[in-house]
Amino acid sequence: MDLNLFWYLMVGVLLTGYAILDGFDLGVGALHLLGRNDQERRIMMNSIGPVWDGNEVWLVTAGGALFAAFPHAYATAFSGFYLAFMLLLVALIFRAVAIEFRSKRAATAWRSFWDWAFSIASIVASLLFGVAVGNMIIGLPIGRDMEYSGGFLELLGPYPLMVGAMNLAMFAMHGAIYLYMKTEGGLQGRVRGWCYRAFGVFLIIYALTTAITILLIPSATRNFSAQPWAWIVVALLLLALANIPRCIHHGWPGRAFISSSCAIAAMVFLFGVALFPNLVISTISPEFNLTAYNAASSEKTLAIMRNIAFIGLPFVLAYTALIYWIFRGKVRIMPTSY
Amino acid sequence: MQLDATMLARIQFGLTVGFHYLFPPLSIGLGLVMVVTEGAYLVTRNKMYEIAARYWTKIFAVTFAMGVATGIVMEFQFGTNWSSYSRFVGDVFGSALAAEGIFAFFLESGFLAVLVFGWDRVSPKTHFFSTLMVFLGSVFSAVWIVVANSWQQTPAGFHLVRDATGAQRAEITDFWAMVFNPSSMHRLTHVLIGAIILGAFFVMSITAYYILRGRHIGFAKKSFTVALIIAVIASLGQLVSGHGHSRQVGNTQPAKLAAFEGLFKTTQGGTPIHIIGWPDEKTETVKMAVTIPGMLSFLMYNNFSTPVAGLDKVKPADRPPVLLPFLTYHVMAGLGMAFIGLSLFALLFLWRGTLFETRWLLWIFVFAVAAPYVANQLGWMAAEIGRQPWSVYGLLRTSDSVSVVVKAQEILTSIILFSVIYTLLFIVWICILNDKIQTGPQEITSAPFAPVQTEKAEGKGM
Repeated sequence: MDLNLFWYLMVGVLLTGYAILDGFDLGVGALHLLGRNDQERRIMMNSIGPVWDGNEVWLVTAGGALFAAFPHAYATAFSGFYLAFMLLLVALIFRAVAIEFRSKRAATAWRSFWDWAFSIASIVASLLFGVAVGNMIIGLPIGRDMEYSGGFLELLGPYPLMVGAMNLAMFAMHGAIYLYMKTEGGLQGRVRGWCYRAFGVFLIIYALTTAITILLIPSATRNFSAQPWAWIVVALLLLALANIPRCIHHGWPGRAFISSSCAIAAMVFLFGVALFPNLVISTISPEFNLTAYNAASSEKTLAIMRNIAFIGLPFVLAYTALIYWIFRGKVRIMPTSY
Repeated sequence: MQLDATMLARIQFGLTVGFHYLFPPLSIGLGLVMVVTEGAYLVTRNKMYEIAARYWTKIFAVTFAMGVATGIVMEFQFGTNWSSYSRFVGDVFGSALAAEGIFAFFLESGFLAVLVFGWDRVSPKTHFFSTLMVFLGSVFSAVWIVVANSWQQTPAGFHLVRDATGAQRAEITDFWAMVFNPSSMHRLTHVLIGAIILGAFFVMSITAYYILRGRHIGFAKKSFTVALIIAVIASLGQLVSGHGHSRQVGNTQPAKLAAFEGLFKTTQGGTPIHIIGWPDEKTETVKMAVTIPGMLSFLMYNNFSTPVAGLDKVKPADRPPVLLPFLTYHVMAGLGMAFIGLSLFALLFLWRGTLFETRWLLWIFVFAVAAPYVANQLGWMAAEIGRQPWSVYGLLRTSDSVSVVVKAQEILTSIILFSVIYTLLFIVWICILNDKIQTGPQEITSAPFAPVQTEKAEGKGM
């Protein structure tokens, strides 16, 4: 495997980690206002309390890896999506501080302000991630100079918006299943209902998006005819999705969570297959595409970074696992909680 | 009016990084205080240290969250506002940034969970280990970001090549030469000590207030003493570090040192140092100057006669601005001296046993925390403005670094957006901090490290 392919996969791994981990806490945020009273909302927020920060580091590291491995893709995408990224940053800032600040004061107005900030920011961030994915699939007006020549509003086309909605529904489902795992009693009973509903909404948008992608965006399915093994992942995705309502029906939140995590991983993988070897597709001419080869750093840097990743990642996985182990079980509100 | 995109992008970067930098140095400084207090608790089992450790952890958590929230902006801003720069440096700078993510951020954020929420879930030793890891993570984070920034100041371990579009970019030839470039260790030491001084003064400010108000006396006196000792050592260390760093700047970035010192023209013989003054860039003179003859030569070359190069040795197009670097550098250095004076002075009172009765001195410490904040900010301003007109010294101009496709209006929009949000966040942070200070350290209500102790108790009962 050459280093460019290795880093294409690594960025994918980091994004998958991000989508699975921050996916559920963005989902919890999107559902936050469904909590009926202060106690329920605190439980929901504290279910992600010890882990959300670490989850977000996956995005930061994916961004860093993209910068280091494929600087042209990083520079083109980030400057091209300028206002969209600013909006995303604002959403991420508000989310972070809302979690930290919300329960620090007792006043109702204070808490409800941060409740709304937390929820809206989570919804906006989830939508924007999907919009970005949608735009990557259909491509952007990229010229010979590797620069984006469109504006902000052109990013909000119907297809990207639909992918955005799908992503929001997927994260909401994933978050609901996580809450199902972390809550108990009456709240858990209602959360179970949210799982079903979010799953239903996701399924409808997912079916629609898939149909449109297959029918209208030939470039997205090109790799699948050349690499038929990718259909195995499609089959696994469908199996994982089918397993979600079954597990919820049987009252197995843990298994449902594993299924939705697998489904998200499969989705990110298929997105990568559809895109490969491109990172940013040019709608002007295929020769202007930014690929894992023409957008990459030097061989030497890719090798140095591979070594850094090999040294660092085992540690990262070890203490991520440790933290989730320490904070396993149902949410308990303690004096140190948010 | 035609807005200048480069200037706007610089303003935006300065604004967002300046705001961000209110938090990381405090995290590093407070991190050290937490390690020391919790370590002291493990050794002595004195309850007071546990109360202190728990209290500083709460303050730390609020600060850390702000650091994370404002830090994400920084990482993405290279791509959004400085995409030409990103293309040029990605091969070199990107790997340092990625290393920061892998080695520092995961460590910090993972163990932060145990640090903040784990008091009653893990044993005291595991908790202390987590505190240590969070501190280590914040130091690692400083290491990599300062390495990356230092490479911009004194590039090393790279060569220039043409990329796919025909543009030039820097590629790594020697990773360790990049990491240990001529300025990185000087700057890292200076940044870390700056953070530790800030942490110490922060602790002294809050605890001096408690002593003056007669609250939490035991806790406050212990914390103040620990912080004062840290402050004395750190501010003396900063003098040594600052001297070494200035010499390195003189050797590797002479134009920058000339700007710091207001040195428009190279002197015949020994170069004086300006203790105070106000440089006038039009007439190329320093007004209201108080100087020590030959002193700059002495500091640079250990003799009073070797001239230090002035700005006249630099092509006009490559000269940095003088006024801001001069002022920021001089005020920073002056504050550094003040920290030494103030902390040694207080140490004298501590030694005589009268410190905690000397109310006027304690009042000075309540407000003195602002000074290291200012010094940290000014130091960075001096370093970054003094590097101009380059974003990568001698290789890439700042005006060639900005994003090609981002319009001035868009940058302006985001400047306004961030100004509003950051102002709001700053107010909220101060309010929350004030709440915490007013509430003060708490007697530990739930049994400390409850699960462990109850298990033991049950074991005995059986």
